[in-house]
Amino acid sequence: MESKLVRVGMADMKIAYPPDKLVTVGLGSCVGVIIYDMNHEFAGMVHIMLPKSKENMAGQNIYKFADTGIYALYNNLIKIGAQKNKLLSKIAGGAQMFTLKSNNDVLKIGRRNVDAVKCILNELNIPIISEDVGGNYGRTIEFDIEHGTLNVKTIGFGEKSI
Amino acid sequence: MDIDKINEMVLDILKEVSNIGSGNAITSLAKIVGKRINMNVPQVRILELNEVTDILGSAETEVCGVYFDIIEGLDGNILFIFPMNSACYLVDMLMNRPYNGIYHLNEIELSALSEIGNILAGSYITALSTLINIKLLISPPAISIDMAGALLSVPAVSFGEVSDKVLFIQTSFIEGENNVDGYFFLIPQIDSLNKLLKAFGVEINGK
Repeated sequence: MESKLVRVGMADMKIAYPPDKLVTVGLGSCVGVIIYDMNHEFAGMVHIMLPKSKENMAGQNIYKFADTGIYALYNNLIKIGAQKNKLLSKIAGGAQMFTLKSNNDVLKIGRRNVDAVKCILNELNIPIISEDVGGNYGRTIEFDIEHGTLNVKTIGFGEKSI
Repeated sequence: MDIDKINEMVLDILKEVSNIGSGNAITSLAKIVGKRINMNVPQVRILELNEVTDILGSAETEVCGVYFDIIEGLDGNILFIFPMNSACYLVDMLMNRPYNGIYHLNEIELSALSEIGNILAGSYITALSTLINIKLLISPPAISIDMAGALLSVPAVSFGEVSDKVLFIQTSFIEGENNVDGYFFLIPQIDSLNKLLKAFGVEINGK
């Protein structure tokens, strides 16, 4: 069977089945969160931009925020038959792309995204099997659902599988 | 204020601001490198979040970004993105060397490029300042060479707080046959966008 790359855009969510792979390209301060089932039957990826949704969310994209985005992914996985106690996760991203001397909160958003993502996964009792977060460089990540491996590519900081 | 409420008139004002600012910046650059530089007509684009990372081609393309905070007068940021061939060419121009393709920029060359960004952003801000009659200051530059998508996500995140759309004011310029592309993004925080427009007597009603 031919394997397809299922591309996840910024503030986007996709669910896929083996042999397909889930990809998100050029993660900066955003965090890519993969939730997959331990039998490798399916996986979902969400591309989180910001830690926390606001109260007035009418009409806004829920996948943008860690709290609403990860819950939405989780609920979608449950809908397709996922069992709560068989879910695992991997995360990558949350870099700080520019360093300014001024105290710029926008630039520190990567760290806050990572903290928020971990907090939500913990609330859902989904173990984080591996992570590649922080630093000051971008990442392209590809999740191989069949093998449960997350490939992380960078410019100048090598490539690894976690 | 809501990005969705931006109309043609507002877009025209932003284009004009961009025109004057960029024109000023290009003039400064031409002076530094002693060459004639042309500018394309600035574009004001309102993009969906998922369109942002691909506006310069592939999100994985290696590019150089120079980033500033606007620290007085308005809240916002400025981001320059140079494709690597243009970045190297600009440095060669500045250092008075012949251009011979893309190379790995060392510390000194990165500083030179930051300085080019600094002069461009400074000229742009000076023109804007005069235009709206508000004193504006920018922070020192921060430079990064990385994936286009990762660098472009910085302004996207700023807008993401309040909208699912991103407002980009984009300028590119051309030097002779060598086609230096530079993309200039003025990223006003939403409240500041209103302040900016008010200076032109335009108000956007909304949140």
